[in-house]
Amino acid sequence: MTKMNSIAAFALAACLPCGAIAQPLKPGVLPSDSVYLLPLTLTDQDGIVHEWNSYRGKPRLVTMFYTSCQYICPLIIDAGKAIERSLTPAQLQRLGVVMISLDPARDSATALKETAAKRRIDTARWSLVAPPAADVRAAAAVLGIRYRQLADGDFNHTSVLILLDPDGRVLARTEQMGSNSDPGFLDAVRRATDGGP
Amino acid sequence: MNQLSLAGLGRLAALLFLGMPLAGALAGESGEYVAVPGGVFQSALRYEDVKDGVRIASFALMRAPVTNEQLLAFVKANPAWRRDRVPSVFAESRFLSHWKGPVELGPQALPQQPVTWVSWFAAGAYCEAQGARLPTWSEWEFAAAADETRTDARRDPAWRERILDWYSRPSTSALPRVGLQAPNAYGVQDLHGLVWEWTGDFSSLLVSGDNRNQGDADDTRFCGAGAISMKDNDDYAVMMRVAMLSSLEGADATANLGFRCAKDLP
Repeated sequence: MTKMNSIAAFALAACLPCGAIAQPLKPGVLPSDSVYLLPLTLTDQDGIVHEWNSYRGKPRLVTMFYTSCQYICPLIIDAGKAIERSLTPAQLQRLGVVMISLDPARDSATALKETAAKRRIDTARWSLVAPPAADVRAAAAVLGIRYRQLADGDFNHTSVLILLDPDGRVLARTEQMGSNSDPGFLDAVRRATDGGP
Repeated sequence: MNQLSLAGLGRLAALLFLGMPLAGALAGESGEYVAVPGGVFQSALRYEDVKDGVRIASFALMRAPVTNEQLLAFVKANPAWRRDRVPSVFAESRFLSHWKGPVELGPQALPQQPVTWVSWFAAGAYCEAQGARLPTWSEWEFAAAADETRTDARRDPAWRERILDWYSRPSTSALPRVGLQAPNAYGVQDLHGLVWEWTGDFSSLLVSGDNRNQGDADDTRFCGAGAISMKDNDDYAVMMRVAMLSSLEGADATANLGFRCAKDLP
């Protein structure tokens, strides 16, 4: 919530073709429906801070999760891995995965790194990241993810894989978790990672 | 509008207590905040994980919903939120579509009417610019349980009847201006009977689409147990609001959905 106002500044940057206020490292203007327009910093499993919009440039699978989740979240990871197994090596190289924590209070870089190791996640292609606590609701909102923290600290949340195009537009989404991939969603990932300009 | 009453003085005191500039109070009553003392609250929603009521800290709530005039001033000061400039990821195409122009209200949007056709992102940005935030659902429900004399009037069939009457009215007629209805026991106006309102945590209302009207929980969409169901099916205000908010995305805007801001109290 506290980030709402910087949305205004960022939106201004994105909407002006001149890019005077835009991030210097980001040539070009993001489309109006790009989720990367949300001003957001993310800390990854190695403690490195990334601007959310730095993930533009290749198609990505994005989801929200939390590391202490016992049931559904491992299935989200399985779903991402199952997609990857269905891709050719060339397609795989063109895809990135970003898993955003709903629980920055507990998901430190250390916690994210432990989960990556435990779940044998290749952090060359996958990023496990946590936003500032005040920005979780807005991050979830641009991704169409609903969640509520329960009294015991767990979260109820939408379990979804979202396929973004290189500019951060949503191409497809699936709520089918686990190792059996949603065929329509898999097709969309294949198309997005096939060759390219 | 400017009558000096005991209640008015109380509100002015609350305003000063909040450190609001006096000019804000003199400029008109809209935009004014009133203090809502916290407490333990029995929500009409059944939260699987909350057994002894929802604990609500004291907070301040805008006396009335944000008006067209107020949002216009915000858009002028923050032109990135003009309807012709805001990215669609933050506000859909109908955002402020009832205004005559990007920075002009026109006949369909009178200055003192509550602003509608506004997205959650825009509502949040407005509140943040005031040093405020959107209220939580629990804060809204807590404040909205009051009638003119009681902080919790929900058991009163007459109160329920009044609310049901509003919800069953066709929404085609023009919206009245804000602040016409009598203040509730906290001094807050128009929580019922005018527009529906965004909450900051609207996306925490996890109600399955299929069962939205009954409010039955459908856990399969969400991680773990504890989707929300209705504890009190006669609480129309809550049931309708939850049905509405649980169906929306952050960029959505509708004809009857506005907002007001809240603040933490020290």
